[in-house]
Amino acid sequence: MASDSARAAVLRQALSIGVATGAYGISFGALAVAGGLTVPQACVLSLAMFTGGSQFAFVGVVAAAGSAGAAVATAALLGARNGFYGLQMARILRPRGSRRLLTAHVTIDETTAVGSAQAAVHPDRPDLARVGFWATALAVFALWNAATLLGALVGNALGDPRRYGLDAAAAAAFLALLWPRLATGSTRLVAAGAVLVASVLVPLLPPGMPVLAAALVAVVAGWREPAAARSVRS
Amino acid sequence: MTTWVAVLGACVACFALKLAGYLAPDAWLERPRVVRIAGLVTVALLAALVAVQTVATGRQLQLDARVPALGVAALLLWRRAPFVVVVAAAALTAAVLRALT
Repeated sequence: MASDSARAAVLRQALSIGVATGAYGISFGALAVAGGLTVPQACVLSLAMFTGGSQFAFVGVVAAAGSAGAAVATAALLGARNGFYGLQMARILRPRGSRRLLTAHVTIDETTAVGSAQAAVHPDRPDLARVGFWATALAVFALWNAATLLGALVGNALGDPRRYGLDAAAAAAFLALLWPRLATGSTRLVAAGAVLVASVLVPLLPPGMPVLAAALVAVVAGWREPAAARSVRS
Repeated sequence: MTTWVAVLGACVACFALKLAGYLAPDAWLERPRVVRIAGLVTVALLAALVAVQTVATGRQLQLDARVPALGVAALLLWRRAPFVVVVAAAALTAAVLRALT
């Protein structure tokens, strides 16, 4: 019974993340059309790129009349984190063969957050990480794409998405994904360092770069073995 | 036309980056340093995204209705509110503050 309730909780979490993602998928569709993309272009981005941060960044560059190359580079740089997520999820899900293509396509902030949190909280239940990852993938993919189409279609009627607080909704969604990872002192320290580095670099680097630069905080912090592990071993 | 090329090019690039994580040699995955850094990178990037989404407008730092909205979100997360409640409350806070000012 206990296992069923854990599974149901994961499915509920996946659905609520899908619903919340849908809410700012509307703002993506609206922003994309406002930025000069066509409705099919906005929809192809959500279907084939399927990584919100890169999509917002791409639209931002296009809207600011940046070059096509700059738009691609910004989206790719911001999407590089999904490669790190893949590294992490490969350990947990261990997909093989062509299954890796589909798994890779849905490896994003939300699915990694749920899958890796389940793996951390229930190390004895690998099925929960799998269920969490795929249920979140399905919910987010369906609602993100439906919301993009809706947002693109009604974009002009909606007006400024900031009026509805949709930019704050995106920030809150990232915070909610981060929250369960702040359980230890070392992760809190890395999070604080990343916030500082990214904020300081915003005026100095092109959009997208401050977030990537913040990843260096993790590389520096994770390079050396934690002091506790060293003292246990020696 | 150029826009379509950029759209498709960016989609291919983003997919290739996602796939790269899964095609990395298994030996990498057994190294404690890679495991440790991969976990911390997720934390760092999510934290940086929170910061940038909250205080950046293009390349400018701007403190506006998003900051109190994020405070409301943090309070609700601390009180263990569900994800969708947190996100909706943040949007509502920002929308109300902007309507009032």
